[in-house]
Amino acid sequence: MPEPQDRIRFEQLVLPHLDSAANLARWLLRNLADSDDVVQEAMLRAYRFFARFHGGDARAWLLQIVRNTCYTWLEKNRPSELMTEFNEEVHQGPSTSPEAVALQADERKRLRVALESLSPRSREVLVLRELEGCSYKEIGEITGIPIGTVMSTLSRARERLQRTLIAAAKEVS
Amino acid sequence: MNCELEQTTVYGYFDGELDAVRSAQFERHLEGCAECQTALVGIESLRTRLQKSNLYKHASPDLRERIRKQLAQAAGAQRDTAVHSRRWFLLPAFGILASAAAALAIVFFVVQPNTQSAQITAELIDAHVRSLQPGHLTDVQSTDQHTVKPWFDGKLDFIPPVTDYSEYGFPLLGGRLDVIGGQNVAALVYSHHKHLINLFVWPYREEEPSLGSSGSRQGYNWTTWQAGEMRFCLISDAASSDIVELKDLIHP
Repeated sequence: MPEPQDRIRFEQLVLPHLDSAANLARWLLRNLADSDDVVQEAMLRAYRFFARFHGGDARAWLLQIVRNTCYTWLEKNRPSELMTEFNEEVHQGPSTSPEAVALQADERKRLRVALESLSPRSREVLVLRELEGCSYKEIGEITGIPIGTVMSTLSRARERLQRTLIAAAKEVS
Repeated sequence: MNCELEQTTVYGYFDGELDAVRSAQFERHLEGCAECQTALVGIESLRTRLQKSNLYKHASPDLRERIRKQLAQAAGAQRDTAVHSRRWFLLPAFGILASAAAALAIVFFVVQPNTQSAQITAELIDAHVRSLQPGHLTDVQSTDQHTVKPWFDGKLDFIPPVTDYSEYGFPLLGGRLDVIGGQNVAALVYSHHKHLINLFVWPYREEEPSLGSSGSRQGYNWTTWQAGEMRFCLISDAASSDIVELKDLIHP
């Protein structure tokens, strides 16, 4: 357990990245109630492990813990989602229900639906790159995947997102 | 696809991740490759759409509060075990004395520092949190220092220095009036990445308690200093190093 002075350091170094933690968890779990619980758990874990943080990039360190907590939660509660990376093409494509079409009329919702239709592993690199502004190196650090794989995953994720958006636009018109 | 370049090179260039040599090579290639030009336009437009759509999910005030409580609890539980274990190793009577002394010491160190300055700090944090509520951030919304500065004219009996630090990554968003410790203060709002920073400025008074130079509470960091006849306080949920960076810009 951390010492009292560590709590101050934790509040100064790690807590400022709470928004980043909330954003990543929300996009990985696609649901606010679940992601808030997972962020809370991840922050407690980060606090307990804080003695193991030896300086460096506090945001990447925290996001690594948040990501692991998210995946553990997914494995336990929605294991099927983690399988989608093998058959993303099958699951892919916007839903054609009238409700979904109406949703897509709105740009923000259309983007959200498109992002959420990607596999968790494609979604996380896109969210980290485009919303969080992480470099490839930081993404590699957070996800634990080599830079080369970061690049190819990001490239595939962007192409899929673009294709999904084009398909969604066609459906609306 | 006629272009034989890998997609990752185009993306790498767009993300600024290619080294200078490969970047220059790509630029030469780009001049003659319509396919890569189209690809770049596509990525650019995708990024613009994503960033304009406000998709970033900030932590809710409710989540912040839950985490704050949880950390306080975790730290509290830790203190309890520390007292228990100490008692375990010592004679019982002496142990009780020791923990009483420890408790006294905590009271002494925590409560003794000027309660007045603690109150001002609490008011500054409250003012910062209040400013984050919708519609409370700025009374004059402008990134132009020449618009913000005159706005304070006649509203305060002093003129706060107003400078935009966009080029250093701290764009000015605007200003407003606030009240701290019963006196009117100027509040300037800066943003840094996704964090908002309030700069409070007020004329220094002799009887004012010293605030210490910096601190942290409830996840907010602040730093305060005095320059000339003015007192300054920066406060934000941004990292303390970012706050110090802005302070160094204001008063190098």
